[in-house]
Amino acid sequence: MTEAPGTSPGPAASAAAIAADVRSGRRSASAVTEQSLAAIAAGDGEVNAFALVTADSARRRAEEIDARVAAGADPGPLAGVPVALKDNLCTRGVPTTCCSRILDGWCPPYDATVVERLAAAGAVVVGKSNMDEFAMGSSTETSAFGPTRNPRDTSRVPGGSSGGSAAAVAAGFTPIALGSDTGGSVRQPAALCGVVGMKPTYGTVSRYGLVAFASSLDQVGPLAATVADAALLFDIIGGHDERDTTSLDRPAPRLASVVDQGVDGMTIGVLAEYLEGADPAVAGRIAQAAEVLAAAGARVEEVSVPEVRLGLSAYYLIAPAEASSNLARYDGVRYGLRVDAEDTVEMNVATRSAGFGAEVKRRIMLGTYALSAGYLDAYYGQALRVRTRIIDGFAVAYERCDALLGPTAPTTAFELGAKLDDPLSMYLSDVCTIPSNLAGHPAISVPFGTGSDGLPVGAQVLAPALAEATMFKVAAVLEAGAPVGGAA
Amino acid sequence: MTDVRRADQDGAGEAWEMVVGLEVHTELKTATKLFCGCANLFGDEPNTRVCPVCLGLPGSLPVLNQRAVELAMAIGTALHCEIRPSTFHRKNYFYPDMPKDYQISQYDEPINVSGWLELPGGRRIGIERAHLEEDTGKTAHAGASGRIHGAEYSLVDYNRSGVPLVEIVSAPDMRSSAEARAYAAELRAILVACGASDGKMEEGSMRVDANVSVRRGPDAPFGTRCEIKNLNSLRSLGRAVDFEARRQIALLESGEVVVQQTRHWDEGEGRTVALRSKEEAYDYRYFLEPDLVPVVPDPAWITAVGASLGPLPGERRARLATLVAGALPAGAGGSPDPGVGADLEGAPGVSDADQEQISTVVDLGLDGLVTAAVEGGIPARLALARTANEAATDAAAAAGLDPRAYTSLLAMEVAGSLSATQVKAVLHDLLAGGGDPAELARARGFEAMADGALVAVVQEAVDSHPAEWDRYRGGEEKLAQFFVGQVMKATRGQANGKAVVAELERLAAR
Repeated sequence: MTEAPGTSPGPAASAAAIAADVRSGRRSASAVTEQSLAAIAAGDGEVNAFALVTADSARRRAEEIDARVAAGADPGPLAGVPVALKDNLCTRGVPTTCCSRILDGWCPPYDATVVERLAAAGAVVVGKSNMDEFAMGSSTETSAFGPTRNPRDTSRVPGGSSGGSAAAVAAGFTPIALGSDTGGSVRQPAALCGVVGMKPTYGTVSRYGLVAFASSLDQVGPLAATVADAALLFDIIGGHDERDTTSLDRPAPRLASVVDQGVDGMTIGVLAEYLEGADPAVAGRIAQAAEVLAAAGARVEEVSVPEVRLGLSAYYLIAPAEASSNLARYDGVRYGLRVDAEDTVEMNVATRSAGFGAEVKRRIMLGTYALSAGYLDAYYGQALRVRTRIIDGFAVAYERCDALLGPTAPTTAFELGAKLDDPLSMYLSDVCTIPSNLAGHPAISVPFGTGSDGLPVGAQVLAPALAEATMFKVAAVLEAGAPVGGAA
Repeated sequence: MTDVRRADQDGAGEAWEMVVGLEVHTELKTATKLFCGCANLFGDEPNTRVCPVCLGLPGSLPVLNQRAVELAMAIGTALHCEIRPSTFHRKNYFYPDMPKDYQISQYDEPINVSGWLELPGGRRIGIERAHLEEDTGKTAHAGASGRIHGAEYSLVDYNRSGVPLVEIVSAPDMRSSAEARAYAAELRAILVACGASDGKMEEGSMRVDANVSVRRGPDAPFGTRCEIKNLNSLRSLGRAVDFEARRQIALLESGEVVVQQTRHWDEGEGRTVALRSKEEAYDYRYFLEPDLVPVVPDPAWITAVGASLGPLPGERRARLATLVAGALPAGAGGSPDPGVGADLEGAPGVSDADQEQISTVVDLGLDGLVTAAVEGGIPARLALARTANEAATDAAAAAGLDPRAYTSLLAMEVAGSLSATQVKAVLHDLLAGGGDPAELARARGFEAMADGALVAVVQEAVDSHPAEWDRYRGGEEKLAQFFVGQVMKATRGQANGKAVVAELERLAAR
């Protein structure tokens, strides 16, 4: 195992603490920003968490915040907090490429809603983080900017597709980051990098300005070093947005204050199906996590939701089907890459052939096939019926349980290149995260000790739709009770 | 040829019958586009009415325009449709003027289903559905031909991208090109009456595709159909439908088969040409649009939209016909104006010419002027004729006329203080700039002619033509027109014909 130079995985200052210091004038936003930029400069050569570091605009932004503090104004609950944005979140005038050659150099003329909300809260964007191309992958190896390495062990992948965001937090480059989670892309890299990552209930965070992968599954989610910071970040990005029709008409969440309320009296189910394929050391950590919850006053029981076994198959029809449509617009006509050819159709083909990587092409073809005449019902239609069954299966479990517990990923971080040529094995890395996306439910990954290889294990807490408060309370108890070091 | 029904060549007995169904796309007159806040102003400087949403930029999302839903429901109500909860799908295909490379359209759950439209003759044409969808941008191919093949490059204007459309699909219920034209004309009048569309076929705000097939008689199963595109006027529609039916009959009579195709109407050549066959048709891979939620209008909203609809063209035509039928016959008024008088010679009721004027007035939305004039004491036929023949020449201005000013102008004609010719001239001024008709008449020097001056001119005409005067006095009434002509000549058309005849009668009776 090699340690990334200049990084010191471990407790960095929390976002809440930084913001408190900046708001009170104890530290300047500029000093915080310089510290973040220096850490990136020292460590990101090896980690490659960033597709783009926006040092100049971050410094200007920090100065603005310091000026506001000096003038007696409150820059907001994330005052001066450095943040990394996954490169599929639109940033006005700043390249947003989804780490794909086909969007090379594209600068959106607008900010995503979540980016606007971060700015309004006083955060300082230090860069766009690396990701699997168009968020399709579980290792951040399909990026056009090269792979991200896991700061805990740079011979390993950080997970994906939000691997850059997870690595940025794990390496101490930024205390918080935003990712997107379509089938586990926030939670799985959080687990593999040893940080907290959360997927909100579908519709609680605006997707406006999130470059779509699979629209019915995509949600923007927070990554942070602590559960409290994840809740704080969720409070800021959540809430209704009239620009996203699928955004729920509810006020912004206010959960940061309820995180510490404990699990006394809750019933928590340990999801049997999620342990079936798990590495024994990972399964051992989940058993240990269940004991922590029981010790904190929860009633813990084993629960079976057999329908989740169908999740992976359904997901790999629904997500590619939607992706095949969402990614059609990258045709070389209006923006991004264009490879010239004799006529329009040939130009479309040449552009898409050159601009998309192998995994994206694989999913576009899979999705196009799943939607095509004669196969639509057998594939896409069947997958939608499975999706309904999974929702129903969870509903039965939630009649008894307030939340469910399982591993986030079946294994700890694997070696770079280990699964790149074996898509099915790569897809299995998300087997425990996908069902929450299909159901639209919230779930969070919390670091909980390490596996037999000394690499982080993530414990996943699942909750019913809109039960983020319950989910965060369980997560906080696990965080407080997590084993420190050592193999299970 | 307007009728394909003719004796069967091989003597099988049944004549050929054409079967026509129309798919009409109409742009909705909303302030903004279907899924974004951009102004719905196609025709501006290219690519100035665009935003991330209607350009389909990565990360953008559609938000449904409530006004477009209301107009769609208004159309559904006017077409007697059932208004239902509906959803949107994505219709996937690659085309440069479609920025997302899919079109958001209603598919298996449209907002309006199962309605009907009544043709002016009384026949009902079924409406299968009327659904919402977004328009595409517009591509211009630069190069010699203006067509895509051989173009040096193409330019795309996305101002039209995302403009709301309603597609109205009829049942295959029409049996002649005349019916197809009547359907399209009536639908256009209904769309205009709903406030949903300006109905301009030539400008593309209403676009018609025709599905045409032929069969041997009304009881035979439907034949294979072809869809004809590029019909830019009612005339094109009629010609194309007739041509296509003839083409299909010729194929079948020579033992060939009709291949299901999309065909393009070439107006210059007067024929349809194949665009693509069913085998080459796109697989649109429809699936539920995940960025939108179902539209579930509550009953109160549907009722409110229905209540806000004014009377529809059929009803408005019937109302004008009632006014005309109730008009007093010619003898009572004795109007010498041939344009008004002609129909009054016939039986009371509504002639074909009346019907035509009534349709013109209703299609242009000017029936309110006629009604107001009649309520102000103007004879219905005069009000109808002046509106259909004169006011209609500048329908936009006429729609903005003050009905009281219009009525008082026609009253001057009825009273004989202005001639028909003078009224037309003043109406021209009124349409051009508004104002008080009496002042406009004075400004043209018309009013002086009404009294003493006319007496003098008539006397002069009588004195100058003693032989004709004797014959007139002797009972040759047709010579009245001779003297009217003389007076018109002398006054350069400013005299009132009716007043001239009255003065002649007065002189003759002395």
